[in-house]
Amino acid sequence: MAERVLMKGNEALGEAALQAGCRHFFGYPITPQTELAAYMAKRMPKIGGTYLQAESEVAAINMVLGASSAGKRVLTSSSSPGISLKTEGISYIAGSDLPAVIVNVQRGGPGLGGIQPSQADYWQATKATGHGDFQCIVLAPSTVQEMFDLMMDAFDLADLYRTPTMILADGALGQMMEPVEVKERPKRDIPEKTWAANGHQGKRKHNVINSLYMSPYDLERLIKERFARYDVIKEKEQRAELYNMEDADIVIVAYGATSRVAKSAVKEARAKGIKAGIIRPITLWPFPNDAIQQAAKTAKHFLAVEMSMGQMVDDVRLAVNGVKPVSFLGRTGGVIPTPAEVLHEIETIAGGLK
Amino acid sequence: MAIVFEKPHALSDVPLHYCPGCTHGIVHRLVAEVIDELGIEGKTVGIAPVGCSVFAYNYFNCDMIEAPHGRAPAVATGVKRALPENVVFTYQGDGDLAAIGTAETVHAATRGENITVIFINNCIYGMTGGQMAPTSLPGQVTQTTPYGRDVKTAGNPIRVCEMLSTLDGVALAQRVTVDCVKNVNIAKKAIRKAFENQIEGRGYSIVEVLSTCPTNWGMTPNEALQWLRDNMIPYYPLGVYKDVTAEGGSHHE
Repeated sequence: MAERVLMKGNEALGEAALQAGCRHFFGYPITPQTELAAYMAKRMPKIGGTYLQAESEVAAINMVLGASSAGKRVLTSSSSPGISLKTEGISYIAGSDLPAVIVNVQRGGPGLGGIQPSQADYWQATKATGHGDFQCIVLAPSTVQEMFDLMMDAFDLADLYRTPTMILADGALGQMMEPVEVKERPKRDIPEKTWAANGHQGKRKHNVINSLYMSPYDLERLIKERFARYDVIKEKEQRAELYNMEDADIVIVAYGATSRVAKSAVKEARAKGIKAGIIRPITLWPFPNDAIQQAAKTAKHFLAVEMSMGQMVDDVRLAVNGVKPVSFLGRTGGVIPTPAEVLHEIETIAGGLK
Repeated sequence: MAIVFEKPHALSDVPLHYCPGCTHGIVHRLVAEVIDELGIEGKTVGIAPVGCSVFAYNYFNCDMIEAPHGRAPAVATGVKRALPENVVFTYQGDGDLAAIGTAETVHAATRGENITVIFINNCIYGMTGGQMAPTSLPGQVTQTTPYGRDVKTAGNPIRVCEMLSTLDGVALAQRVTVDCVKNVNIAKKAIRKAFENQIEGRGYSIVEVLSTCPTNWGMTPNEALQWLRDNMIPYYPLGVYKDVTAEGGSHHE
């Protein structure tokens, strides 16, 4: 068995990035993701990498744009207000077909909000990580082990599809400590970065990294090509964990730290004879529509649980498409819902089903 | 027949979109000549800004990246940190470098990022049709200062070379212009030095080129050059503001 190491969630993200071959980190301090930047500041100089504390989140994401253009694996991380500043650069990165990995260890918002865990950036991450027609791949870990594993995946997905990829975590996952084991991973066939702006050395035509197209027809064609790639991602990369779903009447849909709360509630519900199960989206974009639609054939009720006023629930409704009722339970502002609250909601729904 | 004059190799064969009398063309050529002379086209990565020179990525034969508005120094930082053996330059206008990208400019400079910056100062936003720039002169009429720039409400112009010359990371801060042959030659020497500094690892080098915008100034090319001499040079004196290779560190002409 591989060695198990006790790690903080934010540090697991950092170590995984290094093991994925990332040697360039650009960031700006913000709570509650600071340990990741600190980990990189400690490790990068020892392994010939770059840790650079930028003057702003805006500068940091554009340094990412530069290093990615140069053909390197590159990471930046922040928390909610800082991600808002990065959205300009993320849009340009998407518009230039560049790979990049961005971490959002979410805290309460809007504005300066708070520093406690939150999932209120779901809409931003999955619908509007910047201006224009584009998507980011969004991965949602729920354990420290998964922080590690999904960070490794994020670099592969970003390179494979030449698209910005976000790890959407939260303050609870960032701060908690759990054992991490480095596992054997399936090898992905990553194409060579022949498009990189790294100097043509007189051997090829000059490469241009650009998101500007003066002809609307050229721009439309390019965006359609990008969306064809998004269709491939939707087909191949949807991921969800199913828990107690074989015979579930009531399906909780929850991701990240909230899914752990939901799991406790479902265990108690089962002990009371209520057939509850969980679909835990691991990819938030692409959203695991297939798993939800499959469940909608037999389940009687869907309950989305989030640390927000109800954002992912929109995607659950779109996937269920009116076939079954969908309801929502959430806490916001940095408040984590308790297993008792979720159990109470499950019991209420179960009472209505009788 | 002997060829006595030809287009630099580093300049592509694409017709420039610049207006008649605009000095961007001269500066593009000087940059390309320097890239040719130093034999660095194959390892150079240029960063184009947002503004009139946004299409610079079409005009240079080296690899090019189009940066978001004002972020060229941050993009250049990312490239240079990833590829320290390559040569990285940015080409930016006054709105890009001294307004929306001031933070990126100042911090790239103070970090001593080993990059070369070509700064076109023409006292106006050209691409968007002639609005006030951070460098527009007091009293200057623009689309957004129709009664002349009133410094009480619109603020004062910013002198970039003077400001950056106070920073430790800066190797060269020099202001030049291209209004006549003599000054074109001085500008070329400055641009060459800014690239040589990078190759020698001396840090951030900026060459500010006072430039004309006949279209948005509402002048003929000749009138524009005369306006530059009469109004811009007195406010933005030409000269070397910092040069770490000079005797005693730096001097001002």
